[in-house]
Amino acid sequence: MTALTALWKREIIKFVRDRSRIIGALGQPLGFWLLLGFGFQGTFRMPSNGDAAVGYMEFLFPGVIAMVLLFTALFSTISIVEERKSGFLQAALVAPTSRLSLVLGATLGGATLALLQAALFLFLLPLSGLHPTPLGLVILVGVCALIGISFTALGVLFAWRMETTRGFHAVMNLVLLPMWLLSGAVFPLTGVPAPLRWVMTLNPVTYGVSALRQSLYWPASAPDASAPLGLSIAVSAVFAALILYLTARAVRRPLFGD
Amino acid sequence: MAEPAVSVQRVTHRYGDHVALCDVTFDVEAGSFFGLLGPNGGGKTTLFRILSTLLRPTEGTAAVFGADTARAPHAVRRKLGVIFQQPALDDELTVSENLRIHGALYGLGKRDLTRRIGTLLERFGLEKRARDRVKALSGGLQRRVDLARGLLHSPRLLLLDEPTTGLDPVARRSFWDALEPLRRDEGATIIVATHLLDEADACDRIGILDRGRLVALGSPEALKAELGDATLWLSADDPRALAESIRARLGFEARVIGAQVQVRHPDPPAILPALYETFGDALKSATVRTPTLEDVFMVHAGHALDEAAHGETLPA
Repeated sequence: MTALTALWKREIIKFVRDRSRIIGALGQPLGFWLLLGFGFQGTFRMPSNGDAAVGYMEFLFPGVIAMVLLFTALFSTISIVEERKSGFLQAALVAPTSRLSLVLGATLGGATLALLQAALFLFLLPLSGLHPTPLGLVILVGVCALIGISFTALGVLFAWRMETTRGFHAVMNLVLLPMWLLSGAVFPLTGVPAPLRWVMTLNPVTYGVSALRQSLYWPASAPDASAPLGLSIAVSAVFAALILYLTARAVRRPLFGD
Repeated sequence: MAEPAVSVQRVTHRYGDHVALCDVTFDVEAGSFFGLLGPNGGGKTTLFRILSTLLRPTEGTAAVFGADTARAPHAVRRKLGVIFQQPALDDELTVSENLRIHGALYGLGKRDLTRRIGTLLERFGLEKRARDRVKALSGGLQRRVDLARGLLHSPRLLLLDEPTTGLDPVARRSFWDALEPLRRDEGATIIVATHLLDEADACDRIGILDRGRLVALGSPEALKAELGDATLWLSADDPRALAESIRARLGFEARVIGAQVQVRHPDPPAILPALYETFGDALKSATVRTPTLEDVFMVHAGHALDEAAHGETLPA
């Protein structure tokens, strides 16, 4: 077992043994989907025209997958903050393992959890009115992995310098929630005022959501998607690479301030 | 002389304006058992963070078997086992899962690791608990599992940071007994940070750290012998005034340490009558005792070991 697989396995075992985490991670998105979905189903009219018009439950579905990915991925790194004092992190840092494999182990572990949670949520597909093709699902899983990796790595980046879990929760609410709300997950890019549209265009999550949405309709083009599939995947991949790079650079600094 | 296991040269560390370590210099001989004694906030944890490569000193250098902890951290980490104040174990994982993960961090192969885990669990009387989750173990057993974790890669130097915190005396005793074969058979060097006098007394040599300064260094016996055969401690309502008048009226060396007055004299019992005659009711009590490490600490630090070190706290 290499250091990387050991750390990956650790994340998985810890998650599987913590039932409350599994229930929370599934319950929250399910609740969001059902409440927002039923709530807006009757009143929300999609900008897409004629026969292509989709119901709100269908529109929201890829957005909720994105939510599962974002929150599971980022939340998995909260243990880094908790372990600052409890010893595991320090023990890992005094071991002759490269910082990069520590980051990659934690990142792949968190990304796997995010992917598993998203896969569980896919069991609700029959209720969504969506009928993805097998190849479309393969693309979907790949996109899920990219988003999972980006946001676990982002979590490691935040967690590295954070001393309390309170601060971590604040980041979740101030950064992650707006990023999700302004990603085309809850309402489409078309039809919003120009300044908001600019914010949404610059938001990397917009492209993740768009890639998820496109893959669910593949090979057809998705209604109300923010960007074409190719562009969406490209931006998501560049974002993942950028965050991984920043994180790998950040953890080279000592754990404790000089 | 053989290469020292640890060489700390003029190390100073500051967290912002707060000086955590001030010009600390000492060596630890390979194969020895070295203790760092001092109150919380004295600088022990900062020094350990520097030795274990988690922190770079602001000034000075620290080396482990010749490898500089700031410039060659990777070489240091291979030689080092560290036991932190809190066990570095995952509660939800079993004993053996925990040990396998940490073994992997040290790049141990599966076969070596299995054998080593078997040896260590047997040595620490844990062989029947390998499949138990860590949270099901008592505090004392968790400490022993954590010790096994730190020893998986057979480190040449073991750093123990207050390793018996929160354990009852019996569990503390058995923790130290478990360490004994390591020194005897494997020749490992052990450094322990502690604020417990009996743990420091068991060391070959100790360094006393107070408010970031190394105020004394030597074997416990030698440090105690420096104070003479006996020490004399007086208590009074106004220790400052008493010390002053002892100096003025009897010409003895007297100083205030904590709430007491220590009088230096080669033969304390002999001067007791003179003291009582001169000061009578002002003396509430007088104690003559063979020097202990606590006396050593008080004499060098100028205050009692359990006195809060002036509200200093260590940044996380």
